[in-house]
Amino acid sequence: MSAAAQARHPTATADRGFKLMLVAPSILVLLLIGIFPLVYLLMVSFQNITMTDMDKSFQGLLNYKLLVHDTRLWQALWHTVVFTAIALPIELILGLLMAQLFLDKLPGRPIFIALLVLPVMVSPIVAGATWSLMFDNRFGPINQIAGWLFGKEMTLLWTINPSLVYPAIIVAEVWQWTPFMFLLLLAALANVDKSQMEAAAIDGAGYWRTFFKIVLPAIWPVMAIAILIRALDLFRLFDIVWALTKGGPGTSTETISMFAYVKGFQQFETSYTAAVALLIIVLLSIIVMWALKRVELSR
Amino acid sequence: MNASAMRTGIRLMAAVAITVIFLFPIYWLFMISFKTADEIYAYPPVWWPHSLNWGSYEVLFKDGDAKTVWNSLVIASISTVIAMLVGTLCAYSLARFRTGGEHLSNWIISQRMVPPIAVVFPIFLLYVFFGLVDTYVGIILLYTAFNLPYVIWMMRGYIMDVPRALEEAALVDGYTRWQVIWKVVFPMCRAGLFATAIFTFMFAWNEFLFALVLTRTEVATYTVQVTHYFGGQSNFWAKISAMSVLGTVPIFIVVAFLQRYLVRGMSLGAIKG
Repeated sequence: MSAAAQARHPTATADRGFKLMLVAPSILVLLLIGIFPLVYLLMVSFQNITMTDMDKSFQGLLNYKLLVHDTRLWQALWHTVVFTAIALPIELILGLLMAQLFLDKLPGRPIFIALLVLPVMVSPIVAGATWSLMFDNRFGPINQIAGWLFGKEMTLLWTINPSLVYPAIIVAEVWQWTPFMFLLLLAALANVDKSQMEAAAIDGAGYWRTFFKIVLPAIWPVMAIAILIRALDLFRLFDIVWALTKGGPGTSTETISMFAYVKGFQQFETSYTAAVALLIIVLLSIIVMWALKRVELSR
Repeated sequence: MNASAMRTGIRLMAAVAITVIFLFPIYWLFMISFKTADEIYAYPPVWWPHSLNWGSYEVLFKDGDAKTVWNSLVIASISTVIAMLVGTLCAYSLARFRTGGEHLSNWIISQRMVPPIAVVFPIFLLYVFFGLVDTYVGIILLYTAFNLPYVIWMMRGYIMDVPRALEEAALVDGYTRWQVIWKVVFPMCRAGLFATAIFTFMFAWNEFLFALVLTRTEVATYTVQVTHYFGGQSNFWAKISAMSVLGTVPIFIVVAFLQRYLVRGMSLGAIKG
């Protein structure tokens, strides 16, 4: 609706006071999490407050210099990138395959979909706890099933062995969020114009050609939003890893959120944590701004 | 059997297999909570309990650990009600009067994306100063603030879907602005209000990091309590599973009523159901 057309509607205009009265409470609350933390973090990050020292004098870029040389920090960032780069494509492809499977009529289709969506609804911390039950080396079913498949007794230490923790965390992550991709992509596929696909079939286009030329462009807007939502979630990955490994063994599965948690709430390096938190905000803002230009979230 | 029926048969088998794989972990979680200690620590594992043993739940209620589920309920409910009330009014202003234009709307949804760890750290220091750590007020306030962008964004979309004609008629009939919102707009987007409220409730109910940082003993939520059963040497599987089930069943029940709105709610309104 154009601005001029809108202005003619009596419901489209109201006095300024009324408009702002409706918005004001929300804005006030949002400033609490939107602006206050930023200002406070910025202030504290230029001081040197630690567990033993309440030094509130201006320290310049001290914490930012520490940050650049902190290998544990950059490793945590790298772990986060690795989790995202592996889990996200798997979720996307599995979700797409499942969406294809359930696209056409199928007996009991609504029931299947209702059941498949359940993992998304489980709290991530419960999902992590569930998979730590599943992966238990003696009492969990995973080693038992692996034993049947390989025909010998398996006692793999899924949450301790450095070469197995990544697969374990990614399995839990993929289990919880593939249904999310599935549900969104199913809705997107259902909206693809069938006549276009039929026309392509008549023109002799094969399955893959039709998929890449017609289906993929049609579902891309939704796919992009699904990827964005998941990427942002994965960037702050915390709960599942916390329940499964607590970042271990050592710090080999520590994500950037967990690193900030340890620094701030276990080692009480207040000023340094503030610098880390700002780094996280800046990195995330860059991703969000870049992505929002390409994704049509609003109308 | 013709080719089409054959195809459906194969798809059906694949559908069953996938569903079984995705539901098995949930089955395992639920089933452990009904096992006896002997069954939990049996090798090889016992695949189904021989009888329904409620002992794990009795322990949780007797020790008072189940109170954390009550805390979750209080915190999630109150923060949802406040966020819905405050957020929907804001959404109405954004949707109908375009208050603040696209910039304000975009700023609000971008607040949805701020990383929780970066927010909770300064909030924690602030709460220590004001004595709000481990209080209902503190954690409810943060959940309300964190869910507001979602509520505003979703309700803005639902309100935009409501035709203006009824509101205009009501204004002509002499309704005040507030009466229009309360008696016309709210009832018209009842379904949207309901769906958004359930999602908001679920986010607060399932949240872990904020609760871990801002609660101790008094208002600890069930998600925090679950992690208390992970020990250095051994884990209390029975308690972990029973507490998880107590926290998961309510969500499964409410989601059952939500099927039509799931896609819209999860895609931040990008797909309309």
